[in-house]
Amino acid sequence: MSREDFPNIEMVSNQACLLTFNQVISEATSNYIAQVTQHLTKLAGIVDLVPSYTTLLVVFDDDHYDRFAIFKTIRQTIEAIDPNDFSVKDQREVVIPVYYGKEVGPDIENVAKHCHLSIDEIIQRHSETTYRAYAIGFTPGFAFLGNTPDELHVPRKTTPRLKVPIGSVALAENQTAVYPSVTPGGWQIIGRTPVNLIDWGSKNLALIAMGDSVRFEPISRDEFLVLGGQLDGF
Amino acid sequence: MAFKVIKPGLLALIQDLGRHGHQSIGLTTGGPMDEVAFRWANALLDNDSNSPEIEITFGMFILEAQADTSIAITGADLAATLNEKSITPWQTYAIKKGDVLAFHQPVWGLRAYLAVKGGFHCEPTLGSVATVVREKIGGLTGKGDKLQKGDLLAYQAFSGHEKRSVPRLAIPNYGNKEIPVILGYQYQSFSSLDRANFFSSDYTVSSNSDRMGYRLEGQEVHSDLKGIISEGIAYGAIQVPKDGQPIVLLQDRQTIGGYPKMGCVTRVGGGILAQQKPGDIIQFTPITVDQAERERHLQMARLTQWR
Repeated sequence: MSREDFPNIEMVSNQACLLTFNQVISEATSNYIAQVTQHLTKLAGIVDLVPSYTTLLVVFDDDHYDRFAIFKTIRQTIEAIDPNDFSVKDQREVVIPVYYGKEVGPDIENVAKHCHLSIDEIIQRHSETTYRAYAIGFTPGFAFLGNTPDELHVPRKTTPRLKVPIGSVALAENQTAVYPSVTPGGWQIIGRTPVNLIDWGSKNLALIAMGDSVRFEPISRDEFLVLGGQLDGF
Repeated sequence: MAFKVIKPGLLALIQDLGRHGHQSIGLTTGGPMDEVAFRWANALLDNDSNSPEIEITFGMFILEAQADTSIAITGADLAATLNEKSITPWQTYAIKKGDVLAFHQPVWGLRAYLAVKGGFHCEPTLGSVATVVREKIGGLTGKGDKLQKGDLLAYQAFSGHEKRSVPRLAIPNYGNKEIPVILGYQYQSFSSLDRANFFSSDYTVSSNSDRMGYRLEGQEVHSDLKGIISEGIAYGAIQVPKDGQPIVLLQDRQTIGGYPKMGCVTRVGGGILAQQKPGDIIQFTPITVDQAERERHLQMARLTQWR
């Protein structure tokens, strides 16, 4: 990453500023944001960091920084990062087991129809791709994973479900995600994982962090049940 | 020793200054909707600034004391009574065992803050007791429950009551309907006509407003941007969805979103906005980051000097 890619810094309030790294989504930009986030986390007076696809929102303690001090700190922090360090070498890979049965993936038939593929082909394409967590949001631990292969692109459902069961694995446009908690949701549900995406008792709290690599691994109904998977919810 | 909840009212929540540092995994902060009022209640009792308090929205909330202590009430005037005698906010009161404290209905503002000497005892979750009902986190149970009938709000008994009140000048004016907005984010993507309209029109607080955000109804404004790539949402961000009606995102806001934003309401302004009821009318007024910094420092200086 060269210095020409230095983010644009804009104050959005007296307690927050937005760093814009790029206008388009790319893995390189995402790596850069993940790196800057890691370095800023260590600083005193930084209250919260919200990384997303192309931006990073920095929330700071206004007793600690005024607008000039925060600009300076951010600039110096980014300048001190070794440009060669913007690599994927430290990237974590998270593997998520998924049972792609119709009883937990009620939209998989429609998705197959829409994509002109068989259900087995949907499962194969979905699980052979390595995704990247571009952003976390919507609900705690909800990771927006991209990009799905072109042939798996499906629109959101016209009427969102009022209750999507925990662990539901879903598709929408060029993205895929796992629902960490019961929420309303309009994505097409193709399966379910027995794994918890969010655990307030764990060190990282969320299984997937922004910048992680994520893969899905098909498992059988029996394996799903042995791993503690629940079949109800619809 | 504790206050026993006799009537839980519409919405009474345990809050502290919020659960910070977890927005990167999508967890919102929570915290008091009117931070100035919250800070004053703890200051009146010489409590730590982050001590747990009760945020009482609207009223119909009744407590009975099981031990002597000292309390402070700030924020809205919810026609509070102590043993059926009227009491006013922004000061401390001595509480005796068996006293009944009631908050009836809004007279001035919408949300009152109740602090107790030493703070309410409550086990934090991820470093904070702030209750976020939607995320099922914080509060007495740790699971985001609002206060229920029979709940016990524990405190350490205290007998050295001191009568203290907030200086008149430091009490926010909830009748001031001019909400300051820092220009930023995608402000430039709104036409100059829409910007002028935004800052010269009356907006009505929608009944669809809550701790997540205040929805406003009035003059439509539209950004040239069709949508933006989802980005972090700061406290106070004014998001404008396709219908052109602004939403001010507050304490329980979602962490990221993809609607264009007109700017950001300050903490002080957001506190005043959060004291407005559905149907109340407000206006937005532009300020610079510099002005927002000065306003904030003035507020904090009043608190620290007074302490």
